Amino acid sequence: MLIPHPLLGPRDAQEFTYLGDAALLNRPEGGDEAAFHAYTHLRDNPAGPHRELWYHEQGDRSWLVVTRDTATHEIVAAELAMDVKGAAR
Amino acid sequence: MQFNGLRLLWEGLTGHKGWGPLWRDPDPKPEYDILVVGGGGHGLATAYYLASIFGQARVAVLEKGWLGSGNIGRNTTIIRSNYLLPGNEPFYEFSMKLWEGLEQEFNFNAMVSQRGILNLCHSDGQRDAFRRRGNAMLLAGADAELLDRDGVRAMYPYLNFANARFPIKGGLLQRRAGTARHDGVAWGYARGADRKGVDIIQNCEVTGFRIDGGAVRGVETTRGYIGAKKVGVAVAGSTGRVMAHAGMRLPIESHVLQAFVSEGLKPIIDGVITFGAGHFYVSQSDKGGLVFGGDIDGYNSYAQRGNLPAVEDVAECGMAILPALGRARLLRSWGGTTDMSMDGSPIIDATPVQGLYLNAGWCYGGFKATPASGYAFAHLLATGRPHDTATAFRLDRFARGCPIDENGAGAQPNLH
Repeated sequence: MLIPHPLLGPRDAQEFTYLGDAALLNRPEGGDEAAFHAYTHLRDNPAGPHRELWYHEQGDRSWLVVTRDTATHEIVAAELAMDVKGAAR
Repeated sequence: MQFNGLRLLWEGLTGHKGWGPLWRDPDPKPEYDILVVGGGGHGLATAYYLASIFGQARVAVLEKGWLGSGNIGRNTTIIRSNYLLPGNEPFYEFSMKLWEGLEQEFNFNAMVSQRGILNLCHSDGQRDAFRRRGNAMLLAGADAELLDRDGVRAMYPYLNFANARFPIKGGLLQRRAGTARHDGVAWGYARGADRKGVDIIQNCEVTGFRIDGGAVRGVETTRGYIGAKKVGVAVAGSTGRVMAHAGMRLPIESHVLQAFVSEGLKPIIDGVITFGAGHFYVSQSDKGGLVFGGDIDGYNSYAQRGNLPAVEDVAECGMAILPALGRARLLRSWGGTTDMSMDGSPIIDATPVQGLYLNAGWCYGGFKATPASGYAFAHLLATGRPHDTATAFRLDRFARGCPIDENGAGAQPNLH
C-alpha cells in the first residue's frame, strides 16, 4: 500500500506503524470509567471506509489520519493528525 | 450412510457409484429452537454438539456462502494445547482431547495426525518462559517436554543451528499436538449434525436481528425471516459486521492473516515447527507442500488478501531457522479475516440482548479450538451456563479488568 503523505507525497506503508481507529484521538477525561472502557476496548470495526491512525516512524515521525477502505485496501485520503485534532477543537 | 472399511472396499469394487451427498440441502423452516449463524468450523461443531450431546432437535445453521468457505478452509491446520494462562489452557486441552476421539465420534476421516509441535527458543529467558509454560500445560493435564539443543538437533538436524543472531537453545515439545484436515473437520461436523436432524442452510446471509423488548425473536435473512428462541453467532472474521445489526460495538478488530504453501516436496518436516524469535510456523501436508505462515499484516481488513511486506517478513523468519526453505518455490498464498480481540483470547458468552449469544474473537488461533468451541458454545446455548473450561471467556472481562492476555501486549489487537 502507498500512503499519500500530505507533506512527503506517496510513501510505502512499510515506513509506517499502525495504531488503529482514529477515534483514539478523542481520549475521554479521566474519572468516567464506562467511557474509558469504551475508548480503550470497543471498536466500530467497519467493513468499508475506515479512518485510522498511522505513525510515520521511519520517516518524518508524524501521525497521520488515513481514510482507507477495509474491504478493498484502497486509500482515499491522508491528513496530518495534528490538523484533524486542531480542526476538532 | 456409515463409513467403514468394508463399505470402502465394496464401493472400490463397484465403481464408487453408491456414495450419496453427505448432507441435505433443506429450505429454512419458519421457526427453530436454536439458530446458529455461521456455517464454518465453530458453527457446525456447535450444531453437532447441540444435537448429539444436548438433545436439541430443532436446530439450524445459517451460512451466507457455502459450507466451510471462511477461515475453516484457510488456516494452517495446526492443533495444539500449549497455552500458559489458567483461563485458556484447560479449554485448549479439552479441545485436544476432543480431537483425539473426533473421527470415531462423528464417523468421518478428519486426518487428525498427532505429529507433535516444537516451539523453538532462542535465549535463556525464553527457555525459562517455556519451562513455565510447559509446567502450566502439565498442570492442566496436557503433555509437554523441554528439549535441549541436542534434543532439537536429533529431531530436526537441518535447522539453522549456526544462526548467530537467533541461536537455537532448545524447544518446548508437545507430542500430542499435530495437524488435521481442515475441510474434513467442517465436512465431518456438517455430516454429523445433518444426520442428527440439524438443517444446514447455505447461501442464507443474516441481514438483521428481530429484537423485541430486549429479547431476540429471530433473524432477517436473504431467504426471509426465520424465528428462533435462541440465536448463537459464530462468524469469526465477520463478527463486527454481523453484530452491528444488533447495535453492538465489540472489543474486536478484523485483521488479515496470510498463509502459504510450497510446491510438493519429499518428506522433510514430520511435525510442526515454530520459530521463537519471530513469528513463523511450518508443517508439511500429506501431499508434500510446506504449509507455513507468520504474523498478521497489522491493519484492519476484511479483504481476505494481504500485502507483500508480510510475505517478505514470513519468508525472512522462515529462512532464519530453515535455510533449505529458500530452495522451495511458493505455490500459493491466501488470506483470511480474523477477529483480533483486545487481549488475544476468545469470547463465548451471552450478550446484553436476551437469547442472543456470541462466539467470537478467535484471533488467528480458532482452528485448534473448533471442537471445544463448539462444545462450550452448545453448552451455553442449551443450558444458559458457560462450560467449565470456558468460564473466563466473558464479554465483560475487559470492563472488569480481567483480560486473558497470553502475550502481555495490552489492548492493541494487532500485537496479539
